[in-house]
Amino acid sequence: MMMERPVAAAALSSPSEHRGATGPLGVAGKALRMRETGLILIILALFIAMSFASPYFLTWTNMRAMAMAFAVEGIVVVGMTILLISGGIDLSVGSVTALAMVIAGLLFLNGMDPWLASAIAIAACTATGAIMGFFVTRVGLHHFIVSLAVMVIARGLCLLGTGGRPLGLYELPESFKFIGQGSIGPIPVVLVVFVVVVVAFDFMLRRTTMFRKVFYTGSNPKAAAYSGIQTKQVIFATTTLCSALCGIAGIIYMARFGSAQPTFGIGMELNVIAAAVIGGASLSGGTGTIFGAILGTILLSVVSSSLALLDVSVYWQDIIRGSILLSAVTIDHYLNKRRG
Amino acid sequence: MSADAAQEPILKITGLVKSFGPIRALRGVDFELRRGEIHALAGENGAGKSTLMNVIDGILAPDSGTIELDGQVVTIKSPAMAQKLGIGFVHQEIALCPDVSVAENIFMATTNSSRAPLMNYAALQARAADILRRLGDIDPAAMVRTLSISQQQLVEIAKALTLDCRVLILDEPTAALTEREAKVLFEIMHKLAAQGISIIYITHRMAEIFANCDRVTVFRDGQYITTMNVAETSPGAVVSAMVGRVIDELYPVKQRPEDRSDEIILDVRALTEASRFRDISFALSKGEILGLAGLIGAGRSEIVKGICRLEGEVTGEVRLAGRLLALRHHGDSIAEGLVYLSEDRKGDGLFLDMSIASNVSALRLRQVASAAGIIDDGREAAQAQRLGARLNLKYGHVGQPVSALSGGNQQKVAIAKMLSVDPKVIFLDEPTRGVDVGAKAEIHRIIRDLASRGVGVVVISSELPELIGVCDRVLVIREGRIAGEVSGEDMTEDRIIYLASVGNDQQQVA
Repeated sequence: MMMERPVAAAALSSPSEHRGATGPLGVAGKALRMRETGLILIILALFIAMSFASPYFLTWTNMRAMAMAFAVEGIVVVGMTILLISGGIDLSVGSVTALAMVIAGLLFLNGMDPWLASAIAIAACTATGAIMGFFVTRVGLHHFIVSLAVMVIARGLCLLGTGGRPLGLYELPESFKFIGQGSIGPIPVVLVVFVVVVVAFDFMLRRTTMFRKVFYTGSNPKAAAYSGIQTKQVIFATTTLCSALCGIAGIIYMARFGSAQPTFGIGMELNVIAAAVIGGASLSGGTGTIFGAILGTILLSVVSSSLALLDVSVYWQDIIRGSILLSAVTIDHYLNKRRG
Repeated sequence: MSADAAQEPILKITGLVKSFGPIRALRGVDFELRRGEIHALAGENGAGKSTLMNVIDGILAPDSGTIELDGQVVTIKSPAMAQKLGIGFVHQEIALCPDVSVAENIFMATTNSSRAPLMNYAALQARAADILRRLGDIDPAAMVRTLSISQQQLVEIAKALTLDCRVLILDEPTAALTEREAKVLFEIMHKLAAQGISIIYITHRMAEIFANCDRVTVFRDGQYITTMNVAETSPGAVVSAMVGRVIDELYPVKQRPEDRSDEIILDVRALTEASRFRDISFALSKGEILGLAGLIGAGRSEIVKGICRLEGEVTGEVRLAGRLLALRHHGDSIAEGLVYLSEDRKGDGLFLDMSIASNVSALRLRQVASAAGIIDDGREAAQAQRLGARLNLKYGHVGQPVSALSGGNQQKVAIAKMLSVDPKVIFLDEPTRGVDVGAKAEIHRIIRDLASRGVGVVVISSELPELIGVCDRVLVIREGRIAGEVSGEDMTEDRIIYLASVGNDQQQVA
């Protein structure tokens, strides 16, 4: 706060100093690019270190396992990032992902075509998001509380529907399992779906008027309303979109595992939020990129995989993941301070 | 006050330097405050006034230089220490806890440093009542949320006065006050000065300096320029010292009455919103600048926001160039060309952390996008550059975040945002609040330029000289109704104040 005036004075007195130095994206864009470059360097460093530390790390099997792991979660990260940018948050992502599996699984076991069952499950997840959006925008409750309640309710529904036991879906046709287990050439289908989702949303978020409104709304909801933007509609849409993407992720998981697991995704929200925040999304809205968030996802997944290969206890893994999140946010805080 | 003038200074600052990275906010400034004087500190935004005050209050540590309080060199390490030394600072922005009582707010600092495990509410309220008696009629048990802005300001002053205050710093305290509320504040300031408290008064407003202060010190670009006895100088001289050049004409030339167009752009009839305003009817002709005057809480902003469908459920008719409008929400209003410049540019006018370009384009994104809704960065940047040039915006590049600009330039971005949609009618709510003298004159010129291009302009301002200087006609609003209209010779401060407040003394509390 206190530094604002002198800085502003400097900007006033020497405009030519800045001109053309940072291109059309400007200071904010440059900072984002810096972050993304930083994340890529850290990921590369980890790769190099791990390839020396473990002979299994750079094997095809391990790379494939890692890609499968982050790809599906990455779809949820996309939804979460967009929601965070609009100023919201969703704690129910893990439960809603499991709910998609359970609904599709139950319908399939009752004789429904797996594709139709999946479509219904995704629709149900979308509806769940719409219900959350209703409570947030119409009733006026906070995202945190609404999604916390839905997290518990959705998990309860999963357990209720399955009696708490995983549903074995041995009869799933190969054509369906293909989306979770198959490969196109050497590339897993999951990864292809993931890349398509990421590229599409990254482009839309950066370039379309529709998603620009998400940034305006998150950056300053009142100023957005004063600019004629229907902020409630925007928040309703981002909330619904996040749950819809959870639904899609849930179906891919089901195809991959060949089963529906009611307890799947417990604690997933933390991982997903951490990835988005490491990648530059702010909990106070208005900032974030899909590309950054995906790098955050990859980083967390490389770390998990490395720790597993190094035989580090699972308990330590949580501690290390939490510490990475804390350091990323702390570094970000200081970078922001210096920029402001 | 001038009787004490020969005395030793209570506060003496010598050669103070403070840098932020490469930026030198204070380049060795001197400042001297005498006992019991009201000393104005003037200077444009970025001149170093706030930085100096933050050093005196212990918020910032100086790089070099000395502060002498009562002849003793002191190092002020924190605001708490400043308070112990008898320095009270009333910040420009009100920082009270809205859901806590007035008394608890006043004694926040003492409660914080007290060792008593329990709150003694009765004693707290009694002591608060003691202090508030010096300032006006405020209930110490009231929740701060229920007070008006001016009353909250007084609570801030009460907070600063608790701890045997010797030096009181007031940073633009009248920015959010009406003329009348400001008058009450000045009376209080004089009373405090008479009790021997020295006051540093920071303001942009010349009239306030010349009506209330003993001396004035001017800073420019982090440097001390001069200190003058108010009685021996003129507003012109102070302004020239502030900007480093001569400002000849503050207000642009008005429309001549014979040039007044018969063409009505905006016609408002019987606009009513149950609890806030009633039966508002007026017409705005082409090329005219219409002012809305009134006390805070009279309903000026509410009326304008009602017309633009920003808030509230309004009834009544709004015609644009003769055509009856049916607006459902503010988006419709913008689509029709009715735009509103918010009085609070940081709170609801701008996206501070976003770029200049994306701020300017926010009202009508499709102008810079393809039919499929893909934003063209080049077109977006060009739009910001074009409007920036028209408004003489000073910036590095259009990708800069708006937060990096000075107040006046931020306001220009907010105006550029409005102009991006080629508005037919533009409502400007306090268009020069918190901008410096130079930018203020420029904004006045921009407003006149808009009107002469055929845009209907409505200006709300709490600064009467501004309304009188800029507007062709002024409507005075009192308690949600039009109390009168003034124009030409009739347009004087006295007349407007009379219309705004006549026969109604509860107004102030509204």
